[in-house]
Amino acid sequence: MSDLKISGLHKYYGALHVVKGIDLDIPAGEFTVLVGQSGCGKSTLLRTIAGLEVADKGAIEIGGQRVNDLAPRDRDIAMVFQNYALYPYMTVFDNIAFGLRARKTPKSEIGPKVAAAAKMLGIDHLLERFPRQLSGGQLQRVAIGRAVVRNARLYLFDEPLSNLDAQLRDEMRGEIKRLHQELGKTMIYVTHDQIEAMTMADRIVLLREGVIEQQGAPLDLYERPATRYVAGFLGSPSMNFIPAGVVANGAAISVRLGDGTSLPVPAERAVGLGTWQGKPLMLGVRPEHIGPAGRDQRPGLAPVQAVVDLVQPTGSRSYATFQLGGVAAVAELQAHDVSRPGERLELSIDMNRTVLIDAATEKVISS
Amino acid sequence: MNVRTRSALKLGLRYAIAIAITLFFLFPIYWLFMISFKTADEIYAYPPVWWPSTLQFGSYAVLFRDGDADTVWNSLVVSGVSTVLAMFFGTICAYSLARFRTGGDHLANWIISQRMVPPIAIVFPVFLLYVWLKLVDTYAGMILLYTAFNLPYVIWMMRGYVLDIPVALEESALVDGCSRWAVIWKVVFPMCRAGLFATAIFTFVFAWNDFIFALVLTRTEVTTYTVQVTHYFGGQSNFWSKISAMSVLGTLPIFVIVGFMQRYLVRGISLGAVKG
Ligand SMILES: Nc1ncnc2c1ncn2[C@@H]1O[C@H](COP(=O)(O)OP(=O)(O)O)[C@@H](O)[C@H]1O
Ligand SMILES: [Mg+2]
Repeated sequence: MSDLKISGLHKYYGALHVVKGIDLDIPAGEFTVLVGQSGCGKSTLLRTIAGLEVADKGAIEIGGQRVNDLAPRDRDIAMVFQNYALYPYMTVFDNIAFGLRARKTPKSEIGPKVAAAAKMLGIDHLLERFPRQLSGGQLQRVAIGRAVVRNARLYLFDEPLSNLDAQLRDEMRGEIKRLHQELGKTMIYVTHDQIEAMTMADRIVLLREGVIEQQGAPLDLYERPATRYVAGFLGSPSMNFIPAGVVANGAAISVRLGDGTSLPVPAERAVGLGTWQGKPLMLGVRPEHIGPAGRDQRPGLAPVQAVVDLVQPTGSRSYATFQLGGVAAVAELQAHDVSRPGERLELSIDMNRTVLIDAATEKVISS
Repeated sequence: MNVRTRSALKLGLRYAIAIAITLFFLFPIYWLFMISFKTADEIYAYPPVWWPSTLQFGSYAVLFRDGDADTVWNSLVVSGVSTVLAMFFGTICAYSLARFRTGGDHLANWIISQRMVPPIAIVFPVFLLYVWLKLVDTYAGMILLYTAFNLPYVIWMMRGYVLDIPVALEESALVDGCSRWAVIWKVVFPMCRAGLFATAIFTFVFAWNDFIFALVLTRTEVTTYTVQVTHYFGGQSNFWSKISAMSVLGTLPIFVIVGFMQRYLVRGISLGAVKG
């Protein structure tokens, strides 16, 4: 059964068309991440689901009921806001109990419910404090506590971790994921951070300028992006895009780059590519699919020569930048495979994992 | 001289100056209070009597006996009720202006401009209107007038305070189960409590101190204390003891209110000052 169904949704701010026809079907219990660049309409979409903005066109159904005309409080949702949205004049206990009291929960149930939620989030020792006495991470836990204490059908998160520093963010990411597993509730999580999306989502919905660019399981999107935008958005460092064309030689197909480099395409992936001869394409290669030549002997590895321009060690891995087909490309290598700029390397591209993109439409034609 | 004694000296000097300034400004009030407790001879004595030999309560007794003191009660009623009304309606208007952008960008400015009208410019039209509506010298008339006159100020101030509340606090409450009214009650009021009290005090004081409206629009029933005081300025002689005793009665409520609300007053004013 689907918990949230959106069809043909449009939202305008005055003349500004922000949500441009969204169709979305979210099954019960799923953790969905809405991801996209800042300003693409993620918050607007989420707030329209919550009823904080009015949908200009289209339908929103929660639990099979059309909610377009319902007030936020009648939609059976709970929401966590980016800036915590805690009441400074109330203790942590009262903040968490706020929603229960607003819904006239019997007094005898409030205490135990708040205690249980606080325990789950590890903030049971803070209940008597005021928000100003808490750290950022604790504030965020309280904000999440406010939502989970209520037994809502749908949980909405709008960039809840973006105010936290990196380490805390990693920790809270795991925490929210764990909460989802424990509660088994339908959750929709908005972020601009592709790593958050990849690590947390059962399903990623990638938004671009108010429309869904692609949706699916994180690895589906990562390995089989539908467009250049998706391919470039997911992954860090992001995918290399190199202008290319295909050349057919009998049944054998190879990709030819601007500098004449020829990269043979494995036979099982070459099907149908012949028709693209002569058209401008783009070869998409992820940094981790470029490695030192000769280490592996799998089929489909295409050798390239590289002169390293820049080395960026991260500890476990090193990123080497070099010129490939007239553009700067990044390879993700083992820390000791590369040492200094100017170094000559024999690299190989794993042609089993590359994507080919039609330069005119920016759609992926082969992945 | 070491650093510690120097900073102690500095502090001492600062206190001395602060005390001197306070005394300077307190003196007229002290004098006002003292006159009300003096005998007639002491009032006119030269050199002046700084402290009356015995505290005379005669002036007060007369005011209460003749019913003059009731005018303080009248002032309390019209100022108090009009303050409550102005705060209630003003806050609701302010919320609407701030959150729903009612009236676009300019309505709020137009409203505050109404507060700048000099009372003298409208008092006679209002008088004619009140004669027609039979509101002259009634509580209802005075309350209505002060409420109307203070509304723009309340709306303007409260709009500023509402704008300072992060919208997410209200949205969070809406999602959590509150209606719009519940949001105002449970979020907006507590969030701008300091501003609310500060605004209420000013609203009360405006009404309390009003002279011109009360002079024209009251006769005998709801005479306020400010008007009553003027009755003691006679053609030949001024009744100084009555004037001062009445003024003391009129000042006391303000002392009490400000004393209780000092905390909010300071915070509320500085809040408003930064945000506007
Ligand atoms: N209340 C509003 N009034 C007018 N424009 C808005 C409003 N809220 C957001 N926008 C605009 O709508 C677009 C999408 O905003 P938003 O949904 O907040 O994006 P995101 O959350 O993806 O960063 C942005 O261009 C933003 O400036
Ligand atoms: Mg946003």
